[in-house]
Amino acid sequence: MSALRFSAEHEWVKREGDLAVVGITDHAQSQLGDIVYVELPQIGRRLERGKEAATVESVKAASEVYAPVSGEVVATNDAIVADPAKVNADPLGEGWFFKLRLADPKELDALMDEAAYSRFVEAQK
Amino acid sequence: MSKGTGASARTTSGHQGLMLEERLLFEEDTPGLCGVDLEEPRGLPDRLGGLLREGAIGLPSLSEPQVVRHFTRLSQKNYAIDSGLYPLGSCTMKHNPRQGERLARLPGFAEIHPWQPLSTVAGALELMGALAHALKVLTGMPAIALSPGAGAHGEICGMMTIRAALEAKGERRRRVLVAESAHGTNPASAAACGYAVEAVPSTRRGRLDRAELEKRLDGDVAALMLTNPNTCGLFEDEILEIAAALHDKGAFFYCDGANFNAILGRVRPIDCGIDCMHLNLHKTFSTPHGGGGPGSGPVALAASLAPYAPLPWLVHGENGFALVEHRTGPAERAIGRIKGFHGQFGTFVRALAYMMSLGADGLRQAAEDAVLNANYLKARLEGSLSPAFPGIAMHEVLFDDRFLEESGVTTLDFAKALIDEGFHPMTIYFPLVVEGAMLVEPTETESRASLDEFIAAVKALAEKARAGEAEFFHAAPRFAPRRRLDEVRAARHPVLRWRPPAGTEPAGS
Amino acid sequence: MRTLPLGERDRREMLAAIGVSSIDALYAEVPPSARREGLLDLPKAMPEMEVERRLSTMAARNVTAGSAPFFIGGGAYRHYLPAAVDHLIQRGEFLTSYTPYQPEISQGTLQALFEFQTLVTILTGMEVANASLYDGATACAEAVMMANRLTGRKKTILSGGLHPHYREVVETYGRFVGFRSDAAPPAPGAREDLAPLVDRDTGSLVVQVPDFWGELADASSLAQACHEAGALLVVVVNEALSLGLVRPPGEMGADIVAGEGQSLGNPLSFGGPHLGLFATRERFERQMPGRLVGETVDSEGRRGFVLTLSAREQHIRREKATSNICTNSGLCALAFTIHLSLLGEKGLKTLARLNHEKALQLCERLQRVDGVQVLNRAFFNEFTLRLPCAATPVVERLAERGILAGIPASRPYPDRAELSDLLIVAATETTSEEDMARLEKALAAVLR
Repeated sequence: MSALRFSAEHEWVKREGDLAVVGITDHAQSQLGDIVYVELPQIGRRLERGKEAATVESVKAASEVYAPVSGEVVATNDAIVADPAKVNADPLGEGWFFKLRLADPKELDALMDEAAYSRFVEAQK
Repeated sequence: MSKGTGASARTTSGHQGLMLEERLLFEEDTPGLCGVDLEEPRGLPDRLGGLLREGAIGLPSLSEPQVVRHFTRLSQKNYAIDSGLYPLGSCTMKHNPRQGERLARLPGFAEIHPWQPLSTVAGALELMGALAHALKVLTGMPAIALSPGAGAHGEICGMMTIRAALEAKGERRRRVLVAESAHGTNPASAAACGYAVEAVPSTRRGRLDRAELEKRLDGDVAALMLTNPNTCGLFEDEILEIAAALHDKGAFFYCDGANFNAILGRVRPIDCGIDCMHLNLHKTFSTPHGGGGPGSGPVALAASLAPYAPLPWLVHGENGFALVEHRTGPAERAIGRIKGFHGQFGTFVRALAYMMSLGADGLRQAAEDAVLNANYLKARLEGSLSPAFPGIAMHEVLFDDRFLEESGVTTLDFAKALIDEGFHPMTIYFPLVVEGAMLVEPTETESRASLDEFIAAVKALAEKARAGEAEFFHAAPRFAPRRRLDEVRAARHPVLRWRPPAGTEPAGS
Repeated sequence: MRTLPLGERDRREMLAAIGVSSIDALYAEVPPSARREGLLDLPKAMPEMEVERRLSTMAARNVTAGSAPFFIGGGAYRHYLPAAVDHLIQRGEFLTSYTPYQPEISQGTLQALFEFQTLVTILTGMEVANASLYDGATACAEAVMMANRLTGRKKTILSGGLHPHYREVVETYGRFVGFRSDAAPPAPGAREDLAPLVDRDTGSLVVQVPDFWGELADASSLAQACHEAGALLVVVVNEALSLGLVRPPGEMGADIVAGEGQSLGNPLSFGGPHLGLFATRERFERQMPGRLVGETVDSEGRRGFVLTLSAREQHIRREKATSNICTNSGLCALAFTIHLSLLGEKGLKTLARLNHEKALQLCERLQRVDGVQVLNRAFFNEFTLRLPCAATPVVERLAERGILAGIPASRPYPDRAELSDLLIVAATETTSEEDMARLEKALAAVLR
């Protein structure tokens, strides 16, 4: 798990070669509550770091998911569209959102590691 | 709780005394029946251009007694202001005098058509004129746009006039500032009108943070949208300074009038430096809310915005009132039409009847009693709940969930327990500026006995929460027609309409 | 004052409980220059009977639809309202409840709205419907904006047969929301060909069936043209009763139906409150404006209803909401639901056919009048006449004779001289043979 990097918008990224897997953090899913709907980007779409990439909705809230790094969408996790509860159950695993072909792997360096993200979440409380 | 272990399992029928279960209309379908006796068509050949609807439409068929029973039973599953205290903050659920219902149904009001020659509807125009006049006096504003259909519609109408006025000066400002404590309709209306929306935080006193406002205020800001009294139930005591700061930068001051009930007859918006304010006739002037509408949201406009008011315009003509329905003459700069016809006329009748009944003295008294009732609740409850802000409240009082700390009981649980006590819960989780908000607006039409009964129930519940009886709250409501409903399931797998069971689909549907 | 239950003693004691000496203390935070000390310049409180007398006097100054031969339509129709409708919507539990935010004690409103949504889908031939909007005109503007969101395009094409108020509302919204609307000229009697106007920038095409002139035309080929260009077809229906006899928009390939539901359950009421109908395809449901009621279960497994898909709405999405609407036309939707329940399958079909037959009979009579020409090929309960002279003075003179004859096209289109001799007339089940005979005779006399 140490390979995970985190954004201040509560997304995680895991590098897999020149690809990156993106999802939302456990903290994000617990803040949203039961997730009822997920909208994912189109495959082939070029995402820019910090811009809207996906949407998650719970009964009482809606939230944008921002691209933590730039890149082209190469895969999306349709299983969470069919069963959004997977995001609550396993946000860092089965609940992943999409895969990007990294435009600039160096962007990952700007993100937090797990320890820094934990401190960040703690400080927000 | 699993199926069959609840109270509903105790009867064979599923009914429980006066709580009568009722199926969907479609499940009561008895083909061939009809609840209206109509003359028989003659069977003339049609002239529909080949567009005759073929086959069954798929509507259910019922007799009149079945329909009356169906909707009577449904009505009995609703809580209403007629049955008890309905302290939904920012909604102003007060008693709806029934005279308005009777008057709105007079044939001279209900059976007149918006396209009738104006010479045949002089009384209707006179009524609109009388309502507009009263609203002008109460707000101090020189112009009233009557046509908006509800509060949010009034907001977008007001924002349109602001944009039109700025554009007429050659200014293309791009941002609208909205108080963090605002109703969601404010940012939505500003965005729909083409503006980027920026939130302005509140102070620890629950008022708009003027320093934060001034930080954001520049020549690119078209307007500020602020509710006053605000959604924390507090009067914005720096309102004059706020107005001056806005006007200094050439920006307009939009006021959400949802809470006008608190200051009727005591404060005129014009004297606060407000340029534009919608009025919710269904709140302040007590026209029934009907389970979600209709409302009516006339907009009061300062002289700088009046030329842009939407069509139609009611004007004084040679023989009484006339309607200007096009961008001509005085209405040359109107933003255009924002709704079909002339506004929510039926609501105008009710609102005017209400205003005439209370009069200048009664409206002021109503505002004072609304404020008195809210402050009485606050005074009596502040030992048990946690008021979000100290000091005087206006017509509603905001509590947060600090009093529930460590209890395992949430604001939602507390609200559901109030249902069992026979009260409609207060507005919860709004405004967003405090945690676990509970916004209580008793209104002036509650007697002291009614308030005392509510106070006793709330106190007892707060005591129970403190005593650690979390389970009691989690299981509430127990005595309502339904227990807690699974909103997650409803949203994950939306079922938005009834469908015939498989294999029973009527032909052609 | 009958609506204020506090007595003077209550007020004194409550002020004491609060710890202030007077009501003025509770307004202490109002800046002194904004306070009003005396009463505002409005009449003082009035006895209930006096209010009744004054407002009744105003009502009496209007000529009512029931008191005169009446032929006005144009998006608001006079129909017979069964007594049960008005009785049921005045039950306090429906009339005086708020938006159903607490579903456990709002099942009446929620179930009725679920039934309403279902009835609207059945009538229109669509898959999902919302719990109502303000009126047909605003529903039409919302439909165009939804189509823009779905297609990512910012242009709409409006038929010349679209109700002029609906067109104007779309144009107002377009100016401020930021989309373009190209309106075809009103051309009653001519066949409008909109398909060539639909291009790759077009988000939606809006047509009305039957149109403002009463003409009925199949929108299927327009649906095809839209879909080929990636645009959506919005069909407007402003006489809901027509759906009892005319092929529904869903069968014509409509993507969104925006309608006016006043005809069922709701009085004319000088144009409001009326009832905005809004229906679409299931795949577009998350882009719908307004409230939606959905089915679910309670903690005991019993069926129940809740407001759902709320994350689209302003109270959650704020500036990103699909619409700013909050209050809708709940009670009007209830009236619609009750009226349609009473009518049912057979009643709706019969009522719709009666309307069509009355219009056929009226058409038959009026085309006998010298110099009068009927422009429609097909219609439901309304059609357009060309008179041998300007229509507005004719309507005024008929009004003087106690007949409300219809809508002169100049009222919505004062600048179009070519329409000045047109008169739009409607007949419903309430129109009697005698009414028709009186109009025929009076029209002939006025034109002579």
